[in-house]
Amino acid sequence: MYRYDEFDARLVSERVEQFARQIERRLKGELSEDEFKPLRLMNGLYLQLHAYMLRVAIPYGTLSSRQLRMLAHVARRYDKGYGHFTTRQNIQYHWPRLIDVPDILRELASVQMHALQTSGNCIRNVTADQFAGAVADEIEDPRILAEIVRQWSSLHPEFSFLPRKFKIAVSGTPEDRAAVRFHDIGIEIIRSASGDTGYRIFVGGGMGRTPYLGLCIADFVARDDVLAYLEAILRVYNMEGRRDNIFKARIKILVNALGLEEMRARVRREFEEIRKEGSLNLPEHEHARIATYFAPPNFETLPDTCLEFETACARDGDFAAFSRHNLSRHRASGYAIVTISLKPTGGVPGDCSADQMDGLAQLMDAFGLAEIRVSHEQNLVLPHVRKKDLPALHDRLKALGLASPNSGLASDIICCPGLDYCDLANARSIPIAQELSRRFSDLARQEEIGELKIKMSGCINACGHHHAGHIGILGVDKKGVEFYQLQLGGSGAEDAAIAEIMGPAFAKDEIVDAVERVIAAYLNLRQPGERFLDCYRRLGLEPFKNVAYLEQLHAAY
Amino acid sequence: MPLIRNGGWAHDEYTALTDQAPLAEGPVLVSLTRFHSERELLLARNQPLGVRLSSAQSPEDIGPGLHHLSLVALEFPTFRDGRGFSWARLLRARLGFLGEIRAVGHFLIDQLAFMERCGINAFDGDARITPEALAAARVEFRNVYQPAVDSRPTIGRLRAKAHPVDWKP
Repeated sequence: MYRYDEFDARLVSERVEQFARQIERRLKGELSEDEFKPLRLMNGLYLQLHAYMLRVAIPYGTLSSRQLRMLAHVARRYDKGYGHFTTRQNIQYHWPRLIDVPDILRELASVQMHALQTSGNCIRNVTADQFAGAVADEIEDPRILAEIVRQWSSLHPEFSFLPRKFKIAVSGTPEDRAAVRFHDIGIEIIRSASGDTGYRIFVGGGMGRTPYLGLCIADFVARDDVLAYLEAILRVYNMEGRRDNIFKARIKILVNALGLEEMRARVRREFEEIRKEGSLNLPEHEHARIATYFAPPNFETLPDTCLEFETACARDGDFAAFSRHNLSRHRASGYAIVTISLKPTGGVPGDCSADQMDGLAQLMDAFGLAEIRVSHEQNLVLPHVRKKDLPALHDRLKALGLASPNSGLASDIICCPGLDYCDLANARSIPIAQELSRRFSDLARQEEIGELKIKMSGCINACGHHHAGHIGILGVDKKGVEFYQLQLGGSGAEDAAIAEIMGPAFAKDEIVDAVERVIAAYLNLRQPGERFLDCYRRLGLEPFKNVAYLEQLHAAY
Repeated sequence: MPLIRNGGWAHDEYTALTDQAPLAEGPVLVSLTRFHSERELLLARNQPLGVRLSSAQSPEDIGPGLHHLSLVALEFPTFRDGRGFSWARLLRARLGFLGEIRAVGHFLIDQLAFMERCGINAFDGDARITPEALAAARVEFRNVYQPAVDSRPTIGRLRAKAHPVDWKP
């Protein structure tokens, strides 16, 4: 994984000390709260309902065991003993004290971590496929470009006061696990007919009040041109994005107002000018230097069928279930990618205790695993596990309460913190996710339902990606009462789609029943082997709508 | 108003004119609208001339005569409005403007280093914007990742220099 050199390390430390001075100036009254707010947000510090919240970046989702131990330490020493993994490969601490924040940041800097640009109207923490470097059909490890973009976007002199936040995601495979078309800029690494590696660039995707799928603004940008091309997009956005209305300030609104052709022409013009200047040309040696940090480990030559693994599957039902759902195919024979679900029955999606983090760090060291990943689905991933180690690894995960065999199933719910923590929220989301998770806790039932992505947000800002859920739930406020809108048919994968709103919102005690009825309808209507999403795409909203509102209709008569 | 130019306190010799005010003697600063409507007259005076751009106005809108200007003032209506950073870069890097680029309005000392990197060399802000604050801002970060219009070597360049063996230009 990437290791800071002297330059990276110094810059992060200097940023910590700058932020410490900014806090001091605020406390002395030299900065108004209005002035301090964007400065603290640019360093990941929010003021929420009950306390400050610190959002720490996990660039492209990669952590070492040492870094994970530090996250546990911060949770224990400065918070209430847990952290919350978010949908953007960050971890949030919900209870730090303002005066402790510089110390937290210093401790994080000691393991090459930071909170730079995890919030604010700037280029945010760059995200990437959590399976990077481990899947077979990868054209290039997306973390190489993500790290290059991280450096280019850190303390950018021109783009630190944009009209609104700006999110970039990178995928290195045709399968999309990074939701690239839901980002302000989504980058898909591709190979041209002549065999050159380059980038397909999508622009203007996003969720929130006005969801859009990103549109392809460039089919192929050559490797050495990529920073110039990104700078061109950002400049057009910085100059022309709306600043009069916060709800219309994202780049998606600009792209939609100008039209893709005009946007492309303007970006092209800036790109040509920037390229003429030449200074943003990415030298091959710098790409190669960063690529060496992401070189895959030396995989042993192992047979793909592994006796220990097969025996454990036959003997241990829990292990067999875990293997059915939480393992993904690895590029090296005899290895597997392990998804560690942070969605136990009735738990808070994405929460992880300090003890669990420490336990995972110990497990990583014991099995020689250099890296753990954080996924946008709020789970953790061990990217390179020998199959023969899986039974013992599963036992340890079980002891840590981290062996839920539900990856990709109905109870693997994405969920934002909602009104329990967040002052933007209109409704609580955690209790609904917990109730859904309990309702669908039976594994046989979940297996019968098959792949299903339920995603839930407590407000229109869509941190819980409800627009991209096969079933999306949006919390709304109606005259002080929490209601929940149901949406169907979204996808954040390579078949990206925005979910369709079903109709009037459901009351708090109706929404889980409604979801259950929709799923029951799917089980009746599906063709053999048809996923929920595909069934919805074949039949449309109508049959599901009819059953979802059934009981309300009865009640009305 | 106190003015900082090239790092120190400076006398502001420009008279800021509204669009209706009669032309004053000596250096004047006018809006883009006035510059467009009185371009010939203003340029013929052969005195230092400045144009003030609102944050929504691109320096490319100045048109012919830009290189006869000695000052372009960029308004920051609020420190949150970051358009001026792009306008300054366009002025320096694309339009080749060599005169004074002055930030006016509401901005923070936390933005001064970014502003300088984008080509702004004069500051007309509130009482907190002092030469001392600017000097401190300049050394807050020893190195930078991005090329800009200043001549600071980027971290990429420094790496290449520190490890010349690996470096193939």
